[in-house]
Amino acid sequence: MAIKEFFAIPARYRTWSLALMGVGILSVIIGFFIYGIPNEHNHHGARFWASLLQNSVYFLLVVNASMFFICATTLAFGGWQIVFRRVTEAISVAVIPLGIITLIVLIALVTVDPHIFHWLHPEGDKILMGKSAFLNPTFYIIWTILAIGLWIVLGYKMRQLSRELDNNPPVDAEAGRKYIFKNTVWAAIFIVWFALTVMSTVPWLWLMSIDAHWYSTMYSWYTFASTFVAGMALITIFVVYLKNQSYLEYTNEEHIHDLGKFMFAFSIFWTYLWFSQYMLIWYANIPEETVYFNSRITSKSHNGAYSGLYWFMFALNFLAPILILMRRGSKRNYTTVTFMAIVIIFGHWLDFYQMVFASLFPDHVTLNLFDFGVAAGFVGLIMFATGRALTKAPLLAKNHPFIKESIIHHT
Amino acid sequence: MAVKKFVVGCFDEEGPLFDAVKKVRKSGYKLHDVYTPFPIHGLDKAMGLRDTSIHTAGFLYAIFGTTSMLSFMTWVFTKDFPLNVGGKPHFALPAWIPITFEFTVLCACVGMVITFCYLCQLAPFVKKHHFHLRATDDRFVMVIECTPKTNESELSSFMTSIGATEVNVQNAETGWWLGRYDKEQKLFEGQSETVSA
Repeated sequence: MAIKEFFAIPARYRTWSLALMGVGILSVIIGFFIYGIPNEHNHHGARFWASLLQNSVYFLLVVNASMFFICATTLAFGGWQIVFRRVTEAISVAVIPLGIITLIVLIALVTVDPHIFHWLHPEGDKILMGKSAFLNPTFYIIWTILAIGLWIVLGYKMRQLSRELDNNPPVDAEAGRKYIFKNTVWAAIFIVWFALTVMSTVPWLWLMSIDAHWYSTMYSWYTFASTFVAGMALITIFVVYLKNQSYLEYTNEEHIHDLGKFMFAFSIFWTYLWFSQYMLIWYANIPEETVYFNSRITSKSHNGAYSGLYWFMFALNFLAPILILMRRGSKRNYTTVTFMAIVIIFGHWLDFYQMVFASLFPDHVTLNLFDFGVAAGFVGLIMFATGRALTKAPLLAKNHPFIKESIIHHT
Repeated sequence: MAVKKFVVGCFDEEGPLFDAVKKVRKSGYKLHDVYTPFPIHGLDKAMGLRDTSIHTAGFLYAIFGTTSMLSFMTWVFTKDFPLNVGGKPHFALPAWIPITFEFTVLCACVGMVITFCYLCQLAPFVKKHHFHLRATDDRFVMVIECTPKTNESELSSFMTSIGATEVNVQNAETGWWLGRYDKEQKLFEGQSETVSA
């Protein structure tokens, strides 16, 4: 069988990605006229901007998790992922368009000010005044530009390093070693920047600051775990899709098994962080902290509007992965793994939904077609950007020093 | 268990072992087991062993741990000795999750270790026949069980032909029995092991 080196976008794939993007654009336009224009029902158009915030940040962090996966495995001298590494690289290309969209949305949130971040007006509020060294528009804008910009630049560098070998393989073992070292240096720089952004400041600025009075030290880890497991699910979907189109000859169920393990393990990691955040607040029972769960959880004294959605999200993100992905056979089954990947991506999308909306509109759930339409747009954009990137480089990094280790990989 | 007759072949390297296992299975001999100093990837598949069910056992132990600990704590804190701790409800589920989790892990781990030892017939004060002592060091030992139809000398020469460096015939007990290695058996007694540098 001849090896298909380059991905050619099938007509159906292109149609779907364009259609989904069309749905997204349409939803944004319609949503803007229904929800975006300030009127007496809808103060300042927050409903419209909240949906854009949720979707853009979620999908940006999901595709960015792909570059994190590359860098983390590079630093760990991992070899097993090399056979499908080009797929993860292609997904990380989607950081560029999604990053630009997210940047526009995030800057609009502080310049147009649709009353999503009430820390923009700290006057007379002692707590917000105390936090104003961190929560202020100048720092917010600079840090957001830096975060997204450096993800794009460092991601580009990592992809360039990978391409470098395509036409000139390392001459000897020494050259290979040097190449790996150079990779680890750049991967380490990315990881440090990733730690300073996704794992700490960025979720504080973009999401947690919606409840500017409230804070949780678990929040960034929680966000990271959420997007990382969804990122692994996205990688799995693309790998399985390419397998079904008879690309990626060297990727087999051994690699799918490991991707399944990542989805399984990080679903539990997410639950661990979710529970740690919940239990500490439940245990201490301090009103300033428990306010976060008022809209999310129903208790004896309070009826949380988002309670049903919250526990549904919990079932999708914890119970489903732990019960379905536990068996070895299910992690090696393409259908089960794909199904679970879709469940996980949707489950964490709902997680982000409650993170944003349960704080902004605590009284009732407003989830409707508009939110799904915007999400469809981002899915289409990821499909489009990733598909295009896949055609640009050979699907197999055939000169990578670890390629043999990856081909004979065995779990 | 019973005493059976075995033909034991030693291999110096793991490479020829795969080929040898394949040939033995193909020629219809009854492969008893292969003893190696370290785990060898893919050998279980080559030998045609079924997937281990130890993870199923682990899952059952874990379920046992979860349910028993949750029901125990429920009984203690709601029926037997209800205490008001910081105004929390008696059925304080979130506070019990860490304990339940730890007990689940404990049950699964200890249960699986004991199951594993039982399946391998390993326990204190229990003995089991060793086909070749160097199987724990640097030899790969393949053991073939003799059936009434097996011709031993034919099998021995077959073992040599597929790469065994040392072949012998042993009558051995397949099960385990009470006893101590250090008190009852002098290892290497009467054997002179040559060690080449």
